[in-house]
Amino acid sequence: MSRELISYLLRRFAQFLLVIFIAVSVNFVIPRMLPGDPVATALARLQTAGTGQTMDIQAVSDAYRARYGLDQPLWNQYLNYWADLFRLDLGVSFANFPQPVSAMIAAALPWSVGLLSTATLISFFIGSYLGGRLAWPGSGRGIRMLVPGMMVLSAIPYYLLAILLVYIFAVYLRWLPPAGGVSTTRIMRADWATFVDIVRHAILPIMSIVLGGIGFWALGMRSQMVSVLGEDYITFAEAKGLSPGRVFFWYGIRNAFLPQITALALNLGAVVSGAVLVEVIFNYPGLGSLLYVAIRGQDYFVIQGVVLVLILTLAVMLFIVDLIYPLLDPRIRR
Amino acid sequence: MSAPILDVQALDVVYDTPAGPARAVNKVSFSLKPGERLGLIGESGSGKTTMGTALMRLTRAPGRIAGGRVLLDGTDLLTLSPRALRATRLRDIALVPQGAMSALNPVMRLRRQMEDAILAHEPRRKKAEIDARIAELLTRVGLKPEVADRYPHELSGGMKQRAVMAIATSLSPKVIVADEPTSALDVVVQRQVMQTLGRLQEGLGAAVVLIGHDMGLIAQFADTVGVMYAGRLVEIGPVAAMIGAPRHPYTRLLIDSLPGIDVKRRLTGIPGLPPPLVKLPTGCPFAPRCPLAYDRCRSELPLPQETAPGHSVACHLYPENAELPPMPAPKEEAAP
Ligand SMILES: Nc1ncnc2c1ncn2[C@@H]1O[C@H](COP(=O)(O)OP(=O)(O)OP(=O)(O)O)[C@@H](O)[C@H]1O
Ligand code: SF4
Ligand SMILES: [Mg+2]
Repeated sequence: MSRELISYLLRRFAQFLLVIFIAVSVNFVIPRMLPGDPVATALARLQTAGTGQTMDIQAVSDAYRARYGLDQPLWNQYLNYWADLFRLDLGVSFANFPQPVSAMIAAALPWSVGLLSTATLISFFIGSYLGGRLAWPGSGRGIRMLVPGMMVLSAIPYYLLAILLVYIFAVYLRWLPPAGGVSTTRIMRADWATFVDIVRHAILPIMSIVLGGIGFWALGMRSQMVSVLGEDYITFAEAKGLSPGRVFFWYGIRNAFLPQITALALNLGAVVSGAVLVEVIFNYPGLGSLLYVAIRGQDYFVIQGVVLVLILTLAVMLFIVDLIYPLLDPRIRR
Repeated sequence: MSAPILDVQALDVVYDTPAGPARAVNKVSFSLKPGERLGLIGESGSGKTTMGTALMRLTRAPGRIAGGRVLLDGTDLLTLSPRALRATRLRDIALVPQGAMSALNPVMRLRRQMEDAILAHEPRRKKAEIDARIAELLTRVGLKPEVADRYPHELSGGMKQRAVMAIATSLSPKVIVADEPTSALDVVVQRQVMQTLGRLQEGLGAAVVLIGHDMGLIAQFADTVGVMYAGRLVEIGPVAAMIGAPRHPYTRLLIDSLPGIDVKRRLTGIPGLPPPLVKLPTGCPFAPRCPLAYDRCRSELPLPQETAPGHSVACHLYPENAELPPMPAPKEEAAP
């Protein structure tokens, strides 16, 4: 590893830490800037809603006030907040008192990460490949017909597409389950049947994300590829007598891909917010659903915890992209 | 006399533009003996690059080769199957493209780009053999073998140019087409690169088509000089005759516009612009700018005719005149 590469990596890591620091701090400040006393408001609302749950209001209230440490100076609260974070203590849920938020997030996180990363990567790679083929003069008519179809799919509002898929594959054909992350009757074990069950539940949400996103990636890749194909190194690669496949992948796709990766990094934010929509529609047990339920129930610490995790996930993913990028583009290592 | 290694016959290349077909290479014919050095010059836009790429059948849309033949050692490249064509590229005819600065893939190490060229033609080569060959090729163009492990952005302009020449000559082609290999280099590096090209040419005995703007550089290198104007090869002949006694008025003006050692000679430049390629005049394409043009020039296209062995010119002044008549000073551009 060259010295430049090391310094690049260190700078990226410092940036990563900075992003995390800011995210955590903002997450601390915002609730304290809200008007009124969130604990009192929330508890009052719970009482009037008459959820029928028997809970000791005083105990809940005390727990939350102790959490907030409202009697302490802000600076102390801030330090305590960091200390709690390091102990992975994100508070407890109102709605499912006294379940710790960190446990709820830990249960939901793998579902979201598994579903969204799979779907995004499939959509990204297939879309990019198709876009590349679309720009390639030697591609057949099939490809040229395919991509406009993909574009139409991307233009359909996401929830309509999802409902359409559920109707076709779950209701009409009955091939796949319409919702959920796993069959309600299944006892989770590390066995083949459980795996198949999870995959069967994931197919429709993944399909909806892939179909919705593929056109976007194809279009971006096509314009990148068109400009790459005009480069002198493509002409020279052909002049060397290389096979079309080699020129396409190693000189075309390989170079057109780089800006796509930047676009992917920028789109990870949209992936996170898209998670809410997908998971709510498919009743998928991930972070998106958790956030949705928490917002509806004003389940304060859950919202705060999920948002924090989403931001951290995003920061981690951006950091990973930063780490991968210099492997793909040697010009970046500066 | 040996048979030509490259024989180009009535080559036509057209760009399909919204305004109609632009005839960028128009019925160009010439031939090259093994080991011959041909220099091709002409103003920007005269079709040099278009022709150079067509010689390798690398023409891309909106361009297309509309006619003619490119016989390489007797085989017409324009009718070969794609597979046979790929086998011919680099092995028999190699291109040093215009803008060789950007001819290397920025995200691949030079070694990979040299390797894949060799492997495309000799797939069974062992890694050690290829590495040895790469070191040898780089040394031959005056680069250190370690350069192979660099990325293009870690090379200077001159080094990139040499690296591209090393790749182009890696399979000892019989014909090398070098398109302005020295543009974008400073004068010192230009000379070095030209010397390297000359040495390579001698070592390989390859025929070279050297494309350039600079009559001075070309004249130093070439045995034969061809002049292109608006897609046509208007004159081609031995370098001494082309410099000493050019036949075509355009060649004359090109030489006169050379700064040269003789500073007293006024830097003239040629007034006017070449005709639009989508709307070529009926007669001689140079007629609107030619100081010697007469009626026939505007109605009838002059075809190439041999005025001396190996010297041919497309101009109505021949064969009536033995040599180019004295030319009046070029018409000044009409004041607007
Ligand atoms: N892709 C294209 N589409 C349309 N016309 C083109 C295209 N490429 C080149 N041409 C036209 O073809 C003509 C010849 O271009 P070419 O690049 O071969 O000239 P050149 O002699 O190599 O010029 P230069 O000295 O600037 O390299 C020019 O008039 C140019 O406008
Ligand atoms: S044919 Fe006529 S116009 Fe053309 S170069 Fe000769 S003299 Fe000039
Ligand atoms: Mg050119």
